[in-house]
Amino acid sequence: MAADADMMTGQIIGVDVGGTFTDLILMDPATGAVRLAKVPSTLDDQSRGVMMAVEEAEADLPATALIVHGTTTTTNAVLERKLARTGMITTKGFRDVLELGRRTRPQAYGMKGEFIPLIPRDLRLEVPERMDAEGRVITPLDEDALAEAARKLLDMGCTSVVVHFLHSYRNPGHEQRAGEVLRALWPNSYITLGHALLSESREYERGVTAAVNASVQPILDRYVQNLAGSLAEGGYAGELLVMNGNGGMVSASRVAEEAARTVMSGPASGVMAAAFTGRAAGITELLTYDMGGTSTDVALIRGAQPAVSNEIEIEYAMPIHVPMVDVRTVGAGGGSIARVNAAGLLEVGPESAGATPGPICYGRGGTEPTISDANLLLGRLDPSRLKSVEGGITLEQVREIFAEKLGHPLGLTPEEAAEAVIRLANVKMAGAIRMVSVSLGADPRDFALFAFGGAGPLHAAALARELGVPRVLVPARPGITNALGCLVADLRHDFTQTLATPLDVLDMDRLAATLTAQASEGRRLIAREKVAVTETRTLHSVDMQFIGQTHLLRVTLDAPEITREALQKAFEAVYWTRFRVRLDTIRAAVVNANTSVIGTRASLDPATLIPAAGRLPTLAAACRGTRPVLFEGTAWDTPLYQRDQLPADAAFDGPAILEQMDTTTLVPPGDRVTTDAIGNILIEIGGAA
Amino acid sequence: MTLDPITLSVIQAGLQQVCDEMDLSFSRAAFSPVIAEANDRSDGIYSATDGALIAQGSQGLPVFVGTMQYSTRVLIERIRDGITPAPLPGDIYIVNDPYLGGTHLMDVRFARPYYRNGEIFCWLSNTGHWPDTGGTVPGGFSASATSVEQEGLRLPPVRLFKQGVLDSEIYQIICSNIRVADQRIGDVQAQAAALMVGEVRLNELLDRYGDATVAEAITELHHRAATQMRSYLTEIPEGSHTASAWIDSDGVVNTPLEIRLSVTRDAEQTTFDFTGSSAPCAGPMNSVLATTLSSVYLAMRHIFPEVPISAGAFEPLHITGYQDTFLDAKYPRPVSGCAAEVSQRIAEAVFAALAPALPSRVTAAPAGTSGNFALGGHDPEKQRDFVMYQLSGGGYGGNADHDGLSNGCSTIGISKAPPVEIMEAQFPVLYHHYALHEGSGGAGLHRGGFGLDYALELRRGTATASFVMDHGRSGPLGALQGSDGAVNEVRVIRNGISHTPEHLSKEQDIPLAPGDIVHVRTPGGGGYGNPMERAPQAVAEDVRLGRYTATQARTLFGVALTPKARRTSPKPTSCAPPDLFPCSKISLGGGRLWRTGGKQPPPPFPPARTGF
Repeated sequence: MAADADMMTGQIIGVDVGGTFTDLILMDPATGAVRLAKVPSTLDDQSRGVMMAVEEAEADLPATALIVHGTTTTTNAVLERKLARTGMITTKGFRDVLELGRRTRPQAYGMKGEFIPLIPRDLRLEVPERMDAEGRVITPLDEDALAEAARKLLDMGCTSVVVHFLHSYRNPGHEQRAGEVLRALWPNSYITLGHALLSESREYERGVTAAVNASVQPILDRYVQNLAGSLAEGGYAGELLVMNGNGGMVSASRVAEEAARTVMSGPASGVMAAAFTGRAAGITELLTYDMGGTSTDVALIRGAQPAVSNEIEIEYAMPIHVPMVDVRTVGAGGGSIARVNAAGLLEVGPESAGATPGPICYGRGGTEPTISDANLLLGRLDPSRLKSVEGGITLEQVREIFAEKLGHPLGLTPEEAAEAVIRLANVKMAGAIRMVSVSLGADPRDFALFAFGGAGPLHAAALARELGVPRVLVPARPGITNALGCLVADLRHDFTQTLATPLDVLDMDRLAATLTAQASEGRRLIAREKVAVTETRTLHSVDMQFIGQTHLLRVTLDAPEITREALQKAFEAVYWTRFRVRLDTIRAAVVNANTSVIGTRASLDPATLIPAAGRLPTLAAACRGTRPVLFEGTAWDTPLYQRDQLPADAAFDGPAILEQMDTTTLVPPGDRVTTDAIGNILIEIGGAA
Repeated sequence: MTLDPITLSVIQAGLQQVCDEMDLSFSRAAFSPVIAEANDRSDGIYSATDGALIAQGSQGLPVFVGTMQYSTRVLIERIRDGITPAPLPGDIYIVNDPYLGGTHLMDVRFARPYYRNGEIFCWLSNTGHWPDTGGTVPGGFSASATSVEQEGLRLPPVRLFKQGVLDSEIYQIICSNIRVADQRIGDVQAQAAALMVGEVRLNELLDRYGDATVAEAITELHHRAATQMRSYLTEIPEGSHTASAWIDSDGVVNTPLEIRLSVTRDAEQTTFDFTGSSAPCAGPMNSVLATTLSSVYLAMRHIFPEVPISAGAFEPLHITGYQDTFLDAKYPRPVSGCAAEVSQRIAEAVFAALAPALPSRVTAAPAGTSGNFALGGHDPEKQRDFVMYQLSGGGYGGNADHDGLSNGCSTIGISKAPPVEIMEAQFPVLYHHYALHEGSGGAGLHRGGFGLDYALELRRGTATASFVMDHGRSGPLGALQGSDGAVNEVRVIRNGISHTPEHLSKEQDIPLAPGDIVHVRTPGGGGYGNPMERAPQAVAEDVRLGRYTATQARTLFGVALTPKARRTSPKPTSCAPPDLFPCSKISLGGGRLWRTGGKQPPPPFPPARTGF
């Protein structure tokens, strides 16, 4: 902890690599100064973009105390299947588990679909060994066969290897022994034991999690070493921390060991930033809404704490069962295509124009009307921006396409058609967001919508109205939320212990002891990191169900000690809230005991995100003019405000458009805007005087 | 028509969301893993006048796509005729009678009238698959039942909830007739609560848009869905398209059952004529009419997934000729196989008839069996009785775009299979292997997907094994010169001696002792297109990955591989066009392979019985 003093004085950098841009926030705790940078991502080697951002922000690397990094390296590697050549050694008779999956198909309707296993069949080898479900040895591990299999995989060019034995969650003995044998002959440290990341039953999910880990390990390792090297060359002597998908961070030297945990690190950091901003603004219940070009990410924050799930499926049949911030993706974005179907009805999505050709207004050859194009036609996006696109698209061309493809078949003007597209898109997005929140047991009306990402603040107010959400929070810097998340991320360790015991026979002392032990292990791990922590919080919960059920409900506990009666009551209350059902004749069971230990770091002052010097004294001064914008068929002369120039205590009614570097916030008529001391905008739905 | 198309789209999305939320609520609160995990349930909104389907959840089990509108219609008719008492607000009817618009007895429907201003505006209904409804065997799938009474408790529509309160007298009758009754209250409450969720959400929708507007939209959406389906149907060339699909046997009489289908399109409608199909059968492979109709609907929705699930979309599908066949079962014919097996074979007949007509849309036949293996017995270690189900997937058919998926779930289902580790933790069994059914994919330009090959051993106690599967006699049909997928195989090794069921895919109560083994290989999907035209590299890759043998590559695909080619990853080469075969040689990573034989159709797929 000797580094503490330095931590508090040096600069701190958060840098996030997204699909399009690499964003950086630099904060100097001594002066409160904040610098931002946004550069194009360099997806072939993300570290180049990071170094460019460091340069653009004029960061003083020798004076930098801490760099926290969010990366899509592993996510992209998995989604694009650009993986290290990986072998798998499995229990005899079970090498096809990874290829057979759980007997599913990609969609409920349509008997087509493809699935390519992470590790091809010829690189999955079997060895004699077997445990039963109680962890008893049925067949001893054949160590000679294991060594031979490993040599064969090396001959076939494998860099990484997974050992995946049945029932290793119950008795890891064979996997551990296999690890010892492998370490003696495998030329590197890329050895993943199935039980190490995920010690729970279900061989497909555990196997895929392990296979993801092994096949991204060398890639992440190389990348992080590269970046650390470049930073060191620039004079950086501090610790490089990498964001994990659970919203916590881990040091670069250890991140590759459990590389699978970094999948979804980008979306997680956005949600962490939302939680941080909400906490600072005194809004602890948030529904985050990050709308991008092709998809929209949604997550729930309760009590200023993002929901974390152990069961994320990042694409069809690709479950990764390590704790990750529970971000759900809805297939609608600015590029979603609108069309009129054979029934003469308007449809929006699920097809997307993507980045190429993209919406018509990108000028890259797109000819299908999209949500972004509709926003442009309605005046919600600045038509003057069209001038800067390569293809030389005019607003008139967009109008013509809307007239031909939507307006004519629907009997509407192009503008009416554009408004219809937005209306239907909002209804569908609202429905999808509602399903996400309901499936997490929450009523969206109890939350504020936290809007960020390129298109989030443009749709947020209309969406909130559709959902019955009373207010929208647009943070100071919606376009660099993920980098902010890196800057404010906590240290975090999550623990789950399976108990699977009926409540009426559960040893309540043992439950308390389990939770207490989890908490002290978490505190020990946090103390080990070379990062200053201002506060350590411990969250306890149990997953419960009525006996016979398969789904779990999480009951949060204030302390490890609780009486049987109190726990039963707490569970019934949660169940009632969720399902409006009382089942007093059925016994409850405690399935898992969970603890999360969170080390909060010295926080930055969010007020510095919008420099006070740039603010103008009056609303009128911050207004750069007006533009006609269509709302429900009527053109409203809508003022255009420079977001960064708004007075700190501005309050006004919609309609209004707030412009800033990479985001536009739309305030429809009838809604009221207030600003808070830390630069957030609050839109109160229907709050206009 | 005064409604603008945007309001229509918005109301359509709103109705869909009401149903999706009912589905979600039902699954999350249910106890039965069949509902909670396997999503063997569905929720929807139905017309107040004739029960016609207005909207149904997008994640409902496909086989229920058309059934609830028939059970709701029957209920409305019975109320009108005074057979069933009329409802009061808050009432919920329960019904599982297969002959009153159902499937099998285990699919229990709830129906709740939805009132606005004292009038029934529509019905909310859902179906959930209960783990047991009594009858000869636990779970209800008796392979040898000869009447519905042997299959379980049959409920006509009765009000299980009266003005919101559970009728404990009816409930006690139900509980006295079913197994593991103590947990059913959870499912009953979940099923009723889902309808309540629907009511709350529907109130919001009507309050917002107005009753008259929504009613008008429902009518208009019905017409438009019909228009949409008609426009898709024009892709089918006019004329007749015929096919037959076969069921191994009814489980009692060992004779195949034929589904004979002729699909004819003219300008106005498309007719599905089942004339000539087999007569009603003695065993449980009869289908009630609602299930037969629903099977055609779900097959068409697999072909046209863009069409909404609504009665309007089904309107242009004219289904006929089922009278006096096993596809229109009357009381007391046993019907437990209709939802899981017969429905899939009906879908297969639709696919097979339409594949040549819609070659870019329709796949070759998928495995098409639920692969139901039930093991019931006593576990002395845990001192309890148990009933275990292993439902298995199989290969999907090759199609215009790519090879078929391996180990997909049934055509009529959407559920995940339980992991081996969970099965072994709960039941006294040990799996010897759980693997790809090698060689099972039907040969084709795009081959079928592969089935599953598993074997498990009873470790202790005693048990009996029962099988309700299909495609043991003939494999899933290939399309457009593709070969059929491999057949389903069942073998029970008792005391070291192998036993194959007389009906191949069906048998009941085979006694097992510790050490006895059940070995099942599920069907592969049908192949699509001429296997002689499959890229040799793709054949070599399958051989290298052990999916086919080198001999199969030669006999099924006409591709000969040298030993080196079998081991080496293929590299892209300039492949000779198919019409140059049989003599072109293709370099393959240093090894060689070449096409043998001419372009004659491939030899019939040899049933992979060797090595069993």
